[in-house]
Formats: sequence, structure tokens, C-alpha cells
Amino acid sequence: MTLSAPVRGQPSPLRAMIDFYLTMMRTAIQTQFQYRAATYMYLLGMVAEPVIYLVVWTTIARTHGGQVAGITAGGFAAYYIVWTLVRNVNIVFTPYGWEWRIREGQLSGQLLRPLHPIHYDIAEFAGGKVIWVLLYLPIAIGLTLVFKPTFDLTPLGLVVFFPAIVGAYLIRTMNLWLLGMVTFWTTRGSAIFETYIMAELLLSGRLVPLQLMPGWVQAIANWLPFKWTFFFPIEVLVGHPSSASLLIGLGMQVFWTAVGAGLVWLLWRASVRHYTAVGN
Amino acid sequence: MSERTADVLVSTLSRTFFVPEREAGLRAAIGSLFHRKTRAVPAVDAISFEIKPGEIVGFLGPNGAGKTTTLKMLSGLLYPTSGEARVFGHIPSRRERDFLSGITLVMGNRSQLQWDLPALDSFELNRAIYRLRQDDFIAMRDELIELLEVADIVRKPVRNLSLGERMKVEMVGSLLHRPRVLFLDEPTLGLDVTMQKRVRSFIGEYNRRYGATVLLTSHYMADVVALCRRVIVIHHGRVLFDGDLAALSDRFAAYKTINVTLADVSAPLETYGEVMERDGYRAKLRVARAEVSRIAARLLSEQQVSDLTIEEPPIEDVIELVFAHEATA
Repeated sequence: MTLSAPVRGQPSPLRAMIDFYLTMMRTAIQTQFQYRAATYMYLLGMVAEPVIYLVVWTTIARTHGGQVAGITAGGFAAYYIVWTLVRNVNIVFTPYGWEWRIREGQLSGQLLRPLHPIHYDIAEFAGGKVIWVLLYLPIAIGLTLVFKPTFDLTPLGLVVFFPAIVGAYLIRTMNLWLLGMVTFWTTRGSAIFETYIMAELLLSGRLVPLQLMPGWVQAIANWLPFKWTFFFPIEVLVGHPSSASLLIGLGMQVFWTAVGAGLVWLLWRASVRHYTAVGN
Repeated sequence: MSERTADVLVSTLSRTFFVPEREAGLRAAIGSLFHRKTRAVPAVDAISFEIKPGEIVGFLGPNGAGKTTTLKMLSGLLYPTSGEARVFGHIPSRRERDFLSGITLVMGNRSQLQWDLPALDSFELNRAIYRLRQDDFIAMRDELIELLEVADIVRKPVRNLSLGERMKVEMVGSLLHRPRVLFLDEPTLGLDVTMQKRVRSFIGEYNRRYGATVLLTSHYMADVVALCRRVIVIHHGRVLFDGDLAALSDRFAAYKTINVTLADVSAPLETYGEVMERDGYRAKLRVARAEVSRIAARLLSEQQVSDLTIEEPPIEDVIELVFAHEATA
């Protein structure tokens, strides 16, 4: 028997891609199950950031007659409890990870396979999130009991929330892939990531709800990708946006995902030539 | 030879790395901020060769010779600085789906399996990545598991496997898509002798069964002797020898070894050749290749010989001679 061609099936590219995503997500979920306790510890550590914001702002709200810029203590509690859920979902592969995988030659295994490496990252992190979100639910219940958030959920908000957090995840994936690919040229690409995080803290609603920022900052935020990765999905659930605002928000998410994907496609072709596969 | 008859075609292929360098110390570190020096290191320097479909070729050379860099260029991981490579008609650096679906690169020091999960889960992931039909996948998976005798370990997390076990399941994972060209970089590295033999015989069996083309690097000459009729020797990025393994000795080893067992323990042997070893009645002589027949005849006629064999020098010694020849050339 000799090989005339590699053996492959004939599924359509879309079916094959869905199959890959589901299989990779299952694999990631199984991996997360291997380290249940460690995952829970990471999660508890991650909750520290929003709890600090929450305590600070609810305290300020109470000392200012019950609200700040129209947001009540219960409103802040709702904002940061949903914030944590959104944060769980929009965590992606960082430039620190990129430094590791390029320095150690870990990218080689993915480059040898007939699939763009970005699909591994998207699918693997998406699978991991299933576990993270499930583990977060008891924490969310605990935070709800302690901080008594004011939730006024609408059916439309609940329906739009899912695509909105997926959009947030995809925009952040593209953005951090673009930053990560800088590592092909310089071994310390993560320094740029710190600048990105600073901009994200101020312009995304990550540090404070955007209503608390000056008007000109809010205006700038509308035209940058950051707002659509934190503030928009949170507001979908807790802010009673109009149908038009929801449509605009989803549209902006599609726009920034498409821009990011286009830039990733362009930069990847130029970057991968610089890969030296060291350490492997 | 045209592309139709070669699975691997390499023509004046080169790869140069530009490496920053400076003297040790703070002063040099500060100086490098203003004037950064780089040195061009030609890892592979205009090499050319062809490999026919179904051939197993040993790719030999010392550390840093350019073997792994060449394999990385042929598998599409590295862009060449100049020259051309084609693997079953594809330019590797373009990394097209059909190309990547038809090759595999196995590195003895690197795992591509999911560390925390049983190997079976990684195999399933590979099925999805390579778009294998379920029945093809299961048939091939089970066949490879049987060939490598790993049925009892594929359900254990990869992190719990020994080095040898990991290499065997790595082989299964790398061959599920039935690649037609295998680039194997030290596949027996760190394995014990039994495991080396098992992996070695598997590579031979895979080649026979599927007609796959294999380019193999190994520091274990037993791998090369067992699998490769043809070797390419590379040093300092350049090809020093490309031909039959047997011809390597003829060209570079100017001597052969005569093992002789004598009836007389005190028989003088210095006049026949260089006495490499003498242990009672047995002795090992190094004799010029052109003189072997004559010396053997003299021994048989002049001494009471119980046994006499003539051997090629060990392949390790021949390879050393090739490098020494290059150094003095």
C-alpha cells in the first residue's frame, strides 16, 4: 500500500470548522476539570479587582446621598457583579503568553497544523470559559447577597447579552493578538500591553462606569474598541439601553471585530516570516 | 531529476540568522544601547539534494550543523533566506493546507499532545484539525496503536507517561493523518535501547506499509544503520556527503578492522598493522583499506589462525573522519 494523498474526509469547510471548535472546546473543558481547585483559586483572585471597585463606589454613593452621577449603590453592585462575568468571558491569550510561546518555540506545533493558530486560542479559551462561568455563579450569588445589587433585567437585555459578551471576547482576542504578534519583532512585546491596559482601564468602563468619566472621554470612548469589550455588554444587562443603542453597540462590535480580524490577517503574513522557532 | 520523481527537492537552500552580540559587562551593555552589533550566522549554506518518494534518508551532522534548521524549513516553520525547497510540489513556507496535511515533523524533545489529558483526547483533536473521516480516523488510530503497542497507555494523562511511552504516543498522534513525508528530528532521543529499537522498527514498518518518504536525523548511528541506505552528512551548514551509507566508509575511512583469534598468545602482530586491542589470543588490527586482502592472506599463511573477520570501521568513527576531512580540506 502506498500513499497517493493524505486521507481526509470531505466535510464542508464550515462543518469542519464547527467540528474543530466543538472538539477543541471539549478538550479545554476537560483540561480545566483536571485543575478544578486551581481554577477556583484563580477565579477568587480575579474577583478581588471588582470587589475593591464595588466597595469604593458603593461607599462613595452612600456618602453622597445614595448615588453618584445617577448610579445608586445597588446600581454599582449590579454593574460590578456583571463586570466580573464579562471579565471572565473577555480574558484572552495575552502578549505575556505570546512571549512565552515564541521564546520557547511553542508556536511550532500549531504552525505545523493545517489551521490558523488564532482558531486554537479562540476555541481553547472559549472552552475554558464554560467552566470559569459555572464556577463564578456561586461567587455571584454570594456577592448578590452581600452587596444587594439592583437588577432590573429585561428579556431583550438577556437575549442581547450573549452576543454582546461574545463580541467583547472576539474584539479583545483580535486586539491582544495584534499586540502579541509584536513579539515576532521584539522579545519584550508585552511592554506595549501595559500601555494597552492603561487605555482599557480608562476608556472601557473597566475602572469606573463610563458615565463617571468627563464627557470628552466618553466621546472618545465611543470611537475606540475598548468600550465595546466592557461597558457595552455590562450596560446591556444593567443599563436599560434602547433598542437602537443595542443595535449600534452590536454593530460596533461587529465593526471592531472585522477591523481586528483584517489587521490580524495582514500582520500575521508579515510577522510569521520572522518566526525563528527557537527552543524547538 | 524532475519534481514528479522527487518528494523533497532542495536547491541552494540557505538560512542565515542575525544574532546580536556584545562583550560581557555593564560598559558593553550601555554601549550596545547606542551601537548594536549583530553577527550573521549562516545556519544552512546553499545545500541541495533530492529525496525520492518512499526513500528513508539519514541526515547526519554534529550539533549546530544545520540539520534541524533544514527540517524546519522543509516543514514550513522557517522561511529560507535564499534558495528553494519543494515538498511534494509545495513551497513549504507558504504553509498551504494540502502541504501541512501531507507532512509531519516529530521532534524527540517536544510534545505536541495535550499534557494533562489522555493521548486519546489529543488524537480526537487531531481528527478534527486534519478533517479526517471518523471511520478512517478510527481505523488508522487503532492500527498505529497496535503497531506501537500502546493500547495500555493511551488512556493515561500524557504527563504521567515515561519519556519512551510519550514518544510512542507522540508518533501515533503525528501519523493519524497518514502523512506522505515524515521529518523526524532525533525521534529516539533519550530512549533506552529497547524503546529505541521499538521506535526504529515502527518507522521502518510505517515506511514499508505506506510508502512514506522519511528524512531522519539521529545521533544514534544504530537508527541510521537500521533504517537508512542513504545518508546526507552536513556540517557548518554545508553538505559534505550525499550517497549510500556503505559508500561513506569507502570514501572517508582509509582503513578496515581485522579481528583475529590466534593459537599462539605471543605471536608478533605489529608487522601486520596497528594493534588496536590485544586480549590473550584475540587481537584487533587496523589495516589500510587497500592492504586488507594482502594482510589477511599473510596472517592466514604465517600464523596459526583460529578465526579471522574483516569489518568496516564503526559508523561513528567514519562520521568523525568526514568532519575531520572537512576541517582539513
